[in-house]
Amino acid sequence: MDFLRPASWEEALAAKAEHPTAVPIAGGTDVMVEINFDQRRPDYLMDLGRIGDLYEWEVGEDSVRLGASVPYTRIMENLRTELPGLALASHTVASPQIRNRGGVGGNLGTASPAGDAHPALLAAGAEVEAESVRGSRRILIDAFYTGVKRNALAPDELIRAVHIKKADGPQQFSKVGTRNAMVIAVCAFGLALHPGTRTVRTGIGSAAPTPIRAAAAEEFLNAALDEGGFWDNGKIITPSIARQFADLCSAACNPIDDVRGTASYRRHAVGVMARRTLTWTWESYRGTAHASEGVA
Amino acid sequence: MPNGAPTKITQASGTKGGIGESMLRPDGTLKVTGEFAYGSDMWHEDMLWGQILRSPVAHAEIVSIDTGEALAVPGVYAVMTYDDLPTEVKNYGLEIQDTPVLAHGKVRHHGEPVAMVAADHPETARRAAAKIKVEYRDLPVITDEASALAPDAILVHENRTDDHAAHVPHPNIVHRQPIVRGDVAEARRRADVIVEGEYVFGMQDQAFLGPESGLAVPAEDGGVDLYVATQWLHADLRQIAPVLGLPEDKVRLTLAGVGGAFGGREDLSMQIHACLLALRTGKPVKIVYNRFESFFGHVHRHPAKLYYEHGATKDGKLTHVKGRIVLDGGAYASSSPAVVGNAASLGVGPYDVDDVEIEAIGLYTNNPPCGAMRGFGAVQACFAYEAQMDKVAGELGMDPVEFRRRNAMSQGSVMPTGQIVDSPAPVAELLRRVKALPMPPERQWESSEGADVRQLPGGLSNTTHGEGVVRGVGYAVGIKNVGFSEGFDDYSTAKVRMEVVAGEPVASVHTAMAEVGQGGVTVHAQIARTELGVAQVTIHPADTQVGSAGSTSASRQTYVTGGAVKNACELVREKVLEMGRRRFGSYHPAWATAELLLEGGKVVTDGGEVLADLVDVLGDEAVEVEQEWRHRPTEPFDLRTGQGNGHVQYSFAAHRAVVEVDTELGLVKVVELACAQDVGKALNPLSVLGQIQGGTTQGLGIAVMEEIVVDPRTAKVKNPSFTDYLIPTILDTPTIPVDVLELADEHAPYGLRGVGEAPTLSSTPAVLAAIRDATGLELNRTPVRPEHLAGA
Amino acid sequence: MRVNFTVNGRPQQADDVWEGESLLYVLRERLGLPGSKNACEQGECGSCTVRLDGVPVCSCLVAAGQAEGREVVTVEGLADLARQRSDGLSACGTPPGEAGHAQTRDTCSQSGESGELAPIQRAFIDAGAVQCGFCTPGLLVAADDMLERNPNPTDADIREALSGNLCRCTGYEKIMDAVRLAAARQSEGV
Repeated sequence: MDFLRPASWEEALAAKAEHPTAVPIAGGTDVMVEINFDQRRPDYLMDLGRIGDLYEWEVGEDSVRLGASVPYTRIMENLRTELPGLALASHTVASPQIRNRGGVGGNLGTASPAGDAHPALLAAGAEVEAESVRGSRRILIDAFYTGVKRNALAPDELIRAVHIKKADGPQQFSKVGTRNAMVIAVCAFGLALHPGTRTVRTGIGSAAPTPIRAAAAEEFLNAALDEGGFWDNGKIITPSIARQFADLCSAACNPIDDVRGTASYRRHAVGVMARRTLTWTWESYRGTAHASEGVA
Repeated sequence: MPNGAPTKITQASGTKGGIGESMLRPDGTLKVTGEFAYGSDMWHEDMLWGQILRSPVAHAEIVSIDTGEALAVPGVYAVMTYDDLPTEVKNYGLEIQDTPVLAHGKVRHHGEPVAMVAADHPETARRAAAKIKVEYRDLPVITDEASALAPDAILVHENRTDDHAAHVPHPNIVHRQPIVRGDVAEARRRADVIVEGEYVFGMQDQAFLGPESGLAVPAEDGGVDLYVATQWLHADLRQIAPVLGLPEDKVRLTLAGVGGAFGGREDLSMQIHACLLALRTGKPVKIVYNRFESFFGHVHRHPAKLYYEHGATKDGKLTHVKGRIVLDGGAYASSSPAVVGNAASLGVGPYDVDDVEIEAIGLYTNNPPCGAMRGFGAVQACFAYEAQMDKVAGELGMDPVEFRRRNAMSQGSVMPTGQIVDSPAPVAELLRRVKALPMPPERQWESSEGADVRQLPGGLSNTTHGEGVVRGVGYAVGIKNVGFSEGFDDYSTAKVRMEVVAGEPVASVHTAMAEVGQGGVTVHAQIARTELGVAQVTIHPADTQVGSAGSTSASRQTYVTGGAVKNACELVREKVLEMGRRRFGSYHPAWATAELLLEGGKVVTDGGEVLADLVDVLGDEAVEVEQEWRHRPTEPFDLRTGQGNGHVQYSFAAHRAVVEVDTELGLVKVVELACAQDVGKALNPLSVLGQIQGGTTQGLGIAVMEEIVVDPRTAKVKNPSFTDYLIPTILDTPTIPVDVLELADEHAPYGLRGVGEAPTLSSTPAVLAAIRDATGLELNRTPVRPEHLAGA
Repeated sequence: MRVNFTVNGRPQQADDVWEGESLLYVLRERLGLPGSKNACEQGECGSCTVRLDGVPVCSCLVAAGQAEGREVVTVEGLADLARQRSDGLSACGTPPGEAGHAQTRDTCSQSGESGELAPIQRAFIDAGAVQCGFCTPGLLVAADDMLERNPNPTDADIREALSGNLCRCTGYEKIMDAVRLAAARQSEGV
């Protein structure tokens, strides 16, 4: 095994081009577990810890450019307003120690369906900035996850940053685990209201081979909200709409039985989380926009 | 001497520092500075690293093993297989020597050791181990009672010659223990209600944090010095020496720091392997399991299936209990026979029942081997009989605590084994006390800033802000034996020395007791102060240079090794007084006539008159005593009826659990887990609380999250890591108020009662009862998983 | 490979480091600092917690090479860190009325080393938060960091901050007591 220590982003890209099997390591919270348990012996480990740019973020007009290695702790502390869904998701990542090291780039690189950031990214809307010596490109988050622990990166590409839409409405994130802290998701759900476009976006984790959006559920809800004039009148979403949305979210899942949970429980739990996060975000939306409106 | 070899610790006290005080740990400073050396911290110049190659399958013939490539790896010093074992003794085992040091011809469980490597770096050793080529031919796996006892079942162990082989109904049953008392058929007719239940108890792991580890150093005399984290040095020695072909005096064990045990270190892990590699290479060899390997490297708590029938009259008196307890012992016996004996003899719980039929069996299967874990057979039974007690109470329309009270045993009660309980058994009082504790406030998650998810089911994962949350309350009580039972010669040894050091009288205590965190070393110093009236006590490292202390298990060490220390101190005191009489007796008549005590570094009369300073009595002489000490003997249970005075002491704890369940998502927050326990006499109240709270939390773990999942088709472990074997975090653990009773057992030293295990028993069923209360579900399996509560 | 970094204020160098080694391994096996513990080596237990450039991390998940040029504080350096933070008040001057006070003072005077303990270390001993002690170093580093950032934590704050540190012996009650005790002593300026 060789240990590569690029001092700059350009050096890192060059190294990755020369050694496409090199495994990038930043927070180390995935890679080192595999090394410690003898599950992975890459030819090259490439430390990205010296590339300061990866630890920075910029808040732009419409989006936040989040460096791939910005630790979850920073996101929780500094980007709660701009990225509330991701900040909530960050807070559920493992433990304080892990949140101090791990970042979204690692979640994306590993592309485990259980990665906590994915549902929040899917719900908010995001693009992954991937780069190689051949050039830079933006990959829509919806197209990024290509299979179980597989993503759209080419072998010579590295993740530089993620461009996440700034919240224009309430966002929520919920995750089921069998412990009250420090737990890998049995399943997770992210939801973002986008009053600007009058749309709702979702993200589901650990309930399909990849993180997914509940497209049919979103379509249904967008239409129902539109039809009922909810965005304008700010009324409480009727229970039947919420229930149907939840059912459609459940139906979007394609989960498995494993040691962390059963497929049927995952479907069920995603539905419950969908209903609850919709309620919470909508209450918050009403609270800010239409505090005086009554029950529909 | 390797780095990290333990040294003596001297602790002084300005107070009396004797029993009954909450003295602080003598090793506390070392432990908070990081200087305290655990087994994995041992280090020696030029040491090698040992690595075990383990079976990837559960049951298979070994067709061939090729070590050639592994041996050729640079940095590798030795590769060993079964064929390299030096003597005819190639198996070990606590009771039955059925466990191969390295697999021979066959592997019987996933993770069984097959070969081992010593190399100059752990990575070299791992790479070499991976190059050992083993060809397996799969055999069908035996995974439960049905497959174990099927007509065409393969025998997990052929040609058994152990003591139980003759009386078991099938060779795939390690041991069977019936308990038959009274006439169940007749009693059944008196029952107004009869309740049946079938229960499943999952496989729990001890999950001590300090992994199996140690360092073997070859000695110039051809022997070996082993520094190891274990629970019982002499049992290790007895099993190690024959395999090495060495006399016991050439195998010297010293206790390295132990990072928790809970039963999981009662069996050998890396001891023999490290010694063999050290002797083979002539170099010190260190073995440290990682967490993955640790899940394969020690026995677990037996998973169990339990079938119960309880009958009761309308006025709430139990008529009879029938039970069948099937414990899965896995591939090797470990302590399964004793676990079976416990499950059977304690299978009714702390209740007066005249008519009882219990049968407990332990199976041989290809599942992971199971053995000792805190609560030892009594835990599984308590989970089931307490669920039954609630069910009967429900049928009778009676309050579950009241129903238990009406049947609670007490001093003088007769156990189903016929043994009379001859010391306090305050079962009803414990229930009363735990019920009387104030209830935790409702809806503690509500705050001015909205819901505090940390106080809600799901915790930080933000699954509810109060939706679906229902509170439930449950009670349970349990009975556990203290000490080794069924006629085992359960003794300990203590060497106590008293001398003047730097002008101060100092007592030193040397035992082989494994300090695994329980605080035995603190208590030994307290006993020495109480008995010998000194301020300074030196605790000698535990090793095999002194006689056996028995195991740090069965809630027994304070009782038995504490008893041995007390006894040795009393003998030292007699000798010191004898010296005093010789030197000063002629100066004061009280030397001959009064009751004399050692207090505050002086010899005093029971009237408080000072006769001499210990410094003057001792002069430059030292007084030393090494003595074995035994508790009252026990006897085996009759193999057909289970009758016999099998246990030396019983201990009791009761719990009240308050839970909040997110009934839609099936997530549980334990809000409070209150405990009342009788400890006879709290030698160190602070340590007693620590034991009760720790034991309670392990019971919580198996109630809601902990389980080693074994694939029933392959008998392979699916979750050997802390990612998927979950133990409670500080956010899962509630406040644990404790009400300690001290009702002396006149047969025990200072009246004490073993503390460590009882709280692990009743915690689990109390949590289950509370979840049932919140959800209305039957819940006959533990741990409860979210899918058992919602969305199944 | 060779790795240079600072541990507890002292420059350290490790040679012949295998590229897959963790910072934890280098501390324990190469630098003679076994205080950071190896309980799970997968970031689940927190027993290997150290501060890396001031931030608590699991040292088992830091590749040794990633520590190059960085500053590490381990449990062995906690007392120094605490002393730098405060004006050097001895930890032995515990206020009267604390549980275990008598023994505390005696242990202090007897061993003569307790003056070198950080307040959080002292509190763990006094509160009975140490049993087997394997989780203790990591808990101490995490708790010390929390009290630095949040001197008056609520119980929920303490639980959240320590949720990455598993303990199997104590049931956490005495650990809660210890952190409360350290916070109280800190606010009283002792």
